[in-house]
Amino acid sequence: MFLKKIAITGAVAGLMGSAAFAEGHGAMCGPEGQSIRILASDFPAIHAVVDQGEANCGTAASEFARNHTTEARQIMNAALTPNPAEYTSVILANSTLTQLMNDDLVRPLNDLVEKYSDNVKPNQLITIGGDVMAVAFMANAQHLFVRQDILEQAGVTKVPETYDELLAAAEAIRAAGIMEHPLVMNMQVGWNIGESFNLVFLAHGGEFFKPGTAEPTVNSEAGVAALETLKKLVEYAHPDYLTQASNETQGLWEAGQAALGIMWGSRGAAILDDEGSTPEVTGNTVLAKAPSVEPGGIPGATLWWDGITISRNVSDEEAEATFAALVSGMTPEMVAANNDDAVWLLDGFTPGPAAAGVAATAQGGAKPYPMIPQIGIMHNALGNELVDFLKGAESAEQALADVEAAYTTAAKEAGFLQ
Amino acid sequence: MKNRTFFWFILPTLSAMVLFIALPIVSVFIQSLHIEHEQVLVVSESCGPFGCSETTAVDAAATEALREAQPLGRFNGLKTYTNRSHLAFAEVAEAWRTTDGFLAFLNRMFNLPFYKALLFTMAYTAIVTPCVLVLGLAVATGVNNLPKLLKGPTIFFSLLPMIVTPLVGALILFWMVDGDGIIGNSLQSLFDDPSLSLKASPALTWMMLMVYGVWHSLPFSFIVFYAGLQTQPKDTMEAAMIDGATTWQRMRYVTIPHLMPLVTFVTLIQLMDNFRVFEPVVSFQAQAHAPTLSWIIYNDLRESGNPLYGSAGATSMMTIIGVAILLMPVLIRTWRDYTRKAAH
Repeated sequence: MFLKKIAITGAVAGLMGSAAFAEGHGAMCGPEGQSIRILASDFPAIHAVVDQGEANCGTAASEFARNHTTEARQIMNAALTPNPAEYTSVILANSTLTQLMNDDLVRPLNDLVEKYSDNVKPNQLITIGGDVMAVAFMANAQHLFVRQDILEQAGVTKVPETYDELLAAAEAIRAAGIMEHPLVMNMQVGWNIGESFNLVFLAHGGEFFKPGTAEPTVNSEAGVAALETLKKLVEYAHPDYLTQASNETQGLWEAGQAALGIMWGSRGAAILDDEGSTPEVTGNTVLAKAPSVEPGGIPGATLWWDGITISRNVSDEEAEATFAALVSGMTPEMVAANNDDAVWLLDGFTPGPAAAGVAATAQGGAKPYPMIPQIGIMHNALGNELVDFLKGAESAEQALADVEAAYTTAAKEAGFLQ
Repeated sequence: MKNRTFFWFILPTLSAMVLFIALPIVSVFIQSLHIEHEQVLVVSESCGPFGCSETTAVDAAATEALREAQPLGRFNGLKTYTNRSHLAFAEVAEAWRTTDGFLAFLNRMFNLPFYKALLFTMAYTAIVTPCVLVLGLAVATGVNNLPKLLKGPTIFFSLLPMIVTPLVGALILFWMVDGDGIIGNSLQSLFDDPSLSLKASPALTWMMLMVYGVWHSLPFSFIVFYAGLQTQPKDTMEAAMIDGATTWQRMRYVTIPHLMPLVTFVTLIQLMDNFRVFEPVVSFQAQAHAPTLSWIIYNDLRESGNPLYGSAGATSMMTIIGVAILLMPVLIRTWRDYTRKAAH
């Protein structure tokens, strides 16, 4: 214990200067002797924030437990339901916040934000109906990845900005005999294929629901147009595209088997680093804005944030200590040390090449992933019902009618539709 | 054994079965008759790093009040069983009315999730079960005729598919049939078709899953039949040989009748297992072309963010009924044999 204390103090001192740390300690960490228990997904940027929070406030707490798992979404509702909850905080994203809010498991953070306002900027706040429900610290979005050298080889001079230009570039690469399947997209059956539809659907100006209700409106002109675009795109994708998600598409890219990709911004740093690929690939990969339908139109992407929430079913002291510890980790120093791990929404972030795609996509006016209670049901219906169309077994209208029918059945059972 | 003794003997097992199997099934059935409460939606403004927008949210307090009043949810009767995700009576009737030609009707019907899953599940069961029986018997006979020295290692290697964890076994095969994997790539160059994909075509996916199913279950039937072969009476076999029976005739008229009770046993287990096929669908990511009943249950519970307990319960009940129907002929047969023997 003593050794651990020394090690932690040493690490913190190295980062922040021991004098400043000693001075700010009490106020920064909230009530002492509380139990801090965090459930979070498992990627480097989240580790960085929680690591820093633990280094700052771990010693002031009686317990600092953390569970990093990619399955966080599956267990969080069950874990937060009992009183006291299993975790004092869940670090989550847009879609998962609604999942917790549907069951009323997270608390408004207004007073905590006010008290610890030094570490929280207004643009980080996620407010719903006037209440701050989460504090975001990083952004993510899908966007275009291109291999500059291969585009040049195929005679394409500019980075594609619209879906038509993207298709033309893919055709040029195929026609030049460089690659038969130059395009990678996350089209794995289920969540990923649903998300890929969402991107193109939003780019076509689609709306998922009649405003203010849970009535589906995906079987629309925008829906059909989005499916037609998606079908043209997958013509240029690897034949196994229905089984490919982020890990597979990143693998194909790093192996130099793709020249155009629509992938997550959070994969940018992993692709551009010097691990798992050749200098030829990393040196020529450019991250650009997600394609739109018309030049300058809405980029085909969904904007995501990752942020912290605090459980409703814990004591006020534990809630405050957890909140204080986590926001204490969102410092410029932490950002500087982990600059390329994420597109940080925090002070001290200098956007590098790995963040260029997300930044351009957000500036281009891309829509956030909808924070609507019933969106999970719609997403699941999209994920399961679109394959028949992409495989040519049914029409776009039939596929979208199936989506709406599947959604309506499930939404009735879940109580969203009568 | 006296009835009384038998009762005390079976009591621990019986109570465990009632507690952990029968009662949960009753509770699943009750759950399947209910659906979630109405979600009270309120329109509110949501703001974040990317600006503000009008959105809906669940009114937690109002929804909670409804939940308190009726903890099980709203009673829905058998409507969950007949909705589009399950038996889809309305949709099937509609398809029957509006399509001309039986083929078009079937096409519409198997576009519905439950029937699509049922079709694959039945096909899988109907093809994998006999293959496992026949091949298992063949392997067992083959191994039984090996020289003693080779028997041990051969048995060990034949059992490997069962020793390997199903998920891992399926994943290994999944990577091998990938376009860049050894089998997928060899097939592409063999047929000179770079876009040939075992994962993209429904027919090939079905074949792949069935081949995997046979590979995975074969050791079970092999080892049961092999054990049965060890108890084969030598004198009957010798008598058959003296009577001039060929190898095939000995197999058909001596060995197989001797193994018949074991064939019934393996058939029962295989029918049950295959009707509930699940792991390969997940490992092969084959749910698009080959969903199964178990996969539908998994999807209802896991994927949508709001677990659909009623739907999952309904599909579970129908799977149990399906297994019962499938096992009926085998059970009736066993019962008849039993009563015939008892009568003697």
